[in-house]
Amino acid sequence: MAELELSGVNYIYNKGTPYETHALKDINLKIGGGITGIIGHTGSGKSTLVQMFNGLVKPTSGTVKLDGEDIWEKKDRVREARFKAGLVMQYPEYQLFASTVYEDIAFGPRNMGLSEEEVDKRVRAAAAFSKLPPEAMARSPFDLSGGQKRRVALAGVIAMNPAFLVLDEPAAGLDPGGRRSILGGIKEFGKNSGTSVIIVSHSMEDMASYCDRIIVMASGRVIMDGNCSEVFSRYNELIGVGLDVPQVTRIASALSHRGLDIGRDVYTVGYAAGKLCEMLDGDVK
Amino acid sequence: MKMDIAFGQYCEGNSLLHRLDPRVKIIITILYIVAIFMAKNVFAFALMLAFTVALVIMSRLSVRVILGGLKPIMFIALFTAVINIFFYKGDEPLVAFWVIKIYKEGLINAGLIVLRILMLLTATSMFLTYTTTPIALTDGLEQLLSPLSKIGVPVHDFAMMMTIALRFIPTLIEETEKIMNAQKARGADFSSGGLVKRAKAIVPIIIPLFVSAFRRAGDLATAMECRCYTGGKGRTRMNVLRAGARDFLFTFVIIALGAGVILINIYAPGYSV
Repeated sequence: MAELELSGVNYIYNKGTPYETHALKDINLKIGGGITGIIGHTGSGKSTLVQMFNGLVKPTSGTVKLDGEDIWEKKDRVREARFKAGLVMQYPEYQLFASTVYEDIAFGPRNMGLSEEEVDKRVRAAAAFSKLPPEAMARSPFDLSGGQKRRVALAGVIAMNPAFLVLDEPAAGLDPGGRRSILGGIKEFGKNSGTSVIIVSHSMEDMASYCDRIIVMASGRVIMDGNCSEVFSRYNELIGVGLDVPQVTRIASALSHRGLDIGRDVYTVGYAAGKLCEMLDGDVK
Repeated sequence: MKMDIAFGQYCEGNSLLHRLDPRVKIIITILYIVAIFMAKNVFAFALMLAFTVALVIMSRLSVRVILGGLKPIMFIALFTAVINIFFYKGDEPLVAFWVIKIYKEGLINAGLIVLRILMLLTATSMFLTYTTTPIALTDGLEQLLSPLSKIGVPVHDFAMMMTIALRFIPTLIEETEKIMNAQKARGADFSSGGLVKRAKAIVPIIIPLFVSAFRRAGDLATAMECRCYTGGKGRTRMNVLRAGARDFLFTFVIIALGAGVILINIYAPGYSV
């Protein structure tokens, strides 16, 4: 299992100018396996944090290790890190550039210096993720719908076979159906391929439904790190840093105040519905 | 890659220079340029230097910002200086070595020319960029050129185009950085290889950048139309420019400066350029 380790990482923007900002403060993290969610308010440093994982941003101090190797130790190791920790940035559909979908997905694998045969294999495997019909591979990515474009951009990173798939707000700007399908697709991909997935989001609902582990960031620090119940049970602290718990958790808590106790560990709508049905003796079903 | 856009950036402030009418600033910039090119000898240069230093003090900007803004021109200035030192012919060489002869006049000439370049850049950026917002500048330009609209020149449209172009420079820079990061995340390499390879590496940046620029242009046009923009006709302004006492005073000072330079040129001969 691949492992990503950050120790004592600090990052300061615009050092020495009046605009100096301490974006990350003493981050110590170990991530490997499963689906990890990173949440935080705007400006909490979560986007800077994920750009540390693949060496897009160099820490002012501290080390970033991928599989035990410091990515900043040698010059060419940073490039390796780019392929090992595949990063999908926010609104990735705006980075499509090639004349066909196929060529665009092949950009990453070709940069890795793979043989054309291997590139072809990977592109086809990754395209299966984007659920495009085979004939669409020869079309221009600019002719696709918004949701399809995003899938192609995702496939472009998946085709590099990264050990970590890091996604910055993968569902931003999509409708509920699009959200479910893209996040569900990512979850399935992670499970089938054994890739560790890291998702940045500020949707508590998505975090609760898809993540095994949640890391909460606030003003450049990691303030919570644990599974759903560990994190969402600290309701007041979350509110304090401008975050929230899933809506359904609030409903469950309101219900228990009024005498219908379905428990405090309710984080997804499906679970709440099941629990309620159970309590109502299946009448509703 | 970090993009340095310190040169040509507006610096917030409330000094006398900041408060001058942008129309006046454009006019005095032109007059200043005329004056600095008329300056012929050391004394005229001294007068111009004194005035330029006074400008810097008046603007209340940090000297670091101003020196930083001069950095891009340093190479040209030094190059000009070297050419002048080695190729200017005077009466008696100070140093003669093989084919190289350096004259006292050449040294002075080189010094004055470098000074002229640096003062020119300092003063123009002081008037037009450091202390004037791009919006104020285009407003001023539009009004100065408005007589031309009588003969059919679309002055307002040009001014609007300029305003929009200036407005989107920072946006596009930010966008470029984002796209570069995204392609780097897919292993794109912009900093190694030969010229052809590097030129090719730019394609994955340029195309998404163009696509997004066109998209933005379309969105902006729609937004402007939604607010009933129909060009300059009948448009009233929130901030109407009014030249006040200080604007006239400043114009007078610049004219006096020009006159001073001419008088010095005539009556105080010295080392001339």
